[in-house]
Amino acid sequence: MSKKYLYTKEHEWVVVKGEIVQVGISDYAQDELGDVVFVDLPEVGDQVEEGEGFAVVESVKAVSDIYAPVSGEITAVNEALEDSPELINESPLEEGWIVEIKIDGSAQIGDLMNQQEYEEFLKEV
Amino acid sequence: MKQTPLTSKHHQLGAKMVDFAGFEMPIQYKGVLEEHRTVRSAVGIFDLCHMGEFELKGPDALGTLDKVTSNDPKLLKQGEIQYTCLTNEKGGIIDDILVYRAADSYILVVNASNTAKDYAWLKKQLLPGAQLEDLTAKTALIAVQGPKSADLAEEILDLPLHELKNYTFIEPTYSGEKILLSRTGYTGEDGFEMYVSNALAPHLWDVLMAEGEKYGIAPIGLGARDTLRLEARLPLYGNDLNEEITPLEAGLSRFVKLKKGDFIGRKALLTQKERGLEKKLVAFIMRERGIPRQGYLLNDEDGKEIGYVTSGTHSPSLNQAIGMGYVRPEQSKPGTLLEVIIRKKSLRAEVIKGRFLGLKK
Repeated sequence: MSKKYLYTKEHEWVVVKGEIVQVGISDYAQDELGDVVFVDLPEVGDQVEEGEGFAVVESVKAVSDIYAPVSGEITAVNEALEDSPELINESPLEEGWIVEIKIDGSAQIGDLMNQQEYEEFLKEV
Repeated sequence: MKQTPLTSKHHQLGAKMVDFAGFEMPIQYKGVLEEHRTVRSAVGIFDLCHMGEFELKGPDALGTLDKVTSNDPKLLKQGEIQYTCLTNEKGGIIDDILVYRAADSYILVVNASNTAKDYAWLKKQLLPGAQLEDLTAKTALIAVQGPKSADLAEEILDLPLHELKNYTFIEPTYSGEKILLSRTGYTGEDGFEMYVSNALAPHLWDVLMAEGEKYGIAPIGLGARDTLRLEARLPLYGNDLNEEITPLEAGLSRFVKLKKGDFIGRKALLTQKERGLEKKLVAFIMRERGIPRQGYLLNDEDGKEIGYVTSGTHSPSLNQAIGMGYVRPEQSKPGTLLEVIIRKKSLRAEVIKGRFLGLKK
């Protein structure tokens, strides 16, 4: 079964796997940023609040915050990005994933777009 | 936004375009890292038509130049080029420019973001027997930079260009037009800059691209231009230089001739030299993971604030983060450890000697 990607207006993608969500940035976002040369990752165990910047992706020219799509606890970070930040350019939706967050019991995932809605959204950007 | 004679070429090449100093300019084509490596290993071609060019002539041209610049234009022979600063009364840098001494005039090449300001300033300072003309709108500038640039330029112009000295220029005829060709650049590599008419620029671009193919030529955007100049430790106006900073603080004292006679800002620079500098531009390499960016603060090893970052990036050649910034003179010695404050973390950096290019880690 193919994964179902949901998107935020800040161009993060989210894949929900039960109580865990995996988060990365969209193909559009990586293309806009250009060559990614550094990813500032959070630590496993960090608590994040929905809407909070919890990681930073830097290209040669630009610094871009990654915002939490949901409140919860960081349960995994993609350590491969430390030595190979270019994975975000090469495979933004797969190998370039950034973190996994365990959703807080009471928390709800905010209003996200599905693939089709995101493509419509990009036409207006 | 203004366009250059080459704007449609950039669109055809699929460049990402941005507004730079009021011009629609390519920030990147294929990608900054790849473009950077092309210039370091082969040859790159740059559209620099946004740069400003002025012609200064008349019997008082030299006198005017001597009055407004920190370097000594009297040392220039015909065909030579000088890097110099326009300084204000406080010794601050109005712009850093190149002066070309032609047969009966001087050509001043200024930063695109400063063209209007410089022109107004120079107009105000002109001695009675000097005339200034802004050639920017009718002058195109194409640069080729990289180890293969001399082979390429030689082939196209059919001239022994390997022999042309750095910081000199010639005025050969190309395609029926007298052009200006100098061995200069802003990348730390060998290279040439070609000043031609707007009408000739698209043709010259096409010829360079076609003949350069066997050397691996690629067009280079402003993104890689910035990483290239930073690795070569060349300051950028607006980042590392501005009107509140003097050439002495910016490490440009080689281009300040206090003994040449009076010039605007000399008194302030003499005083500053006697009293000692309060800040100095240093180059540093990160020793912990993080990229310094303009405006980040610099601390000493004890956590005391001592300065700020003016330029920073990821160095594609070193595969490490690098930067430049102003610190107190006590912390400017090579080997000094600094802390760069990046998102509330203090990350260690080390002041280096010379340029990043060719640096042994």
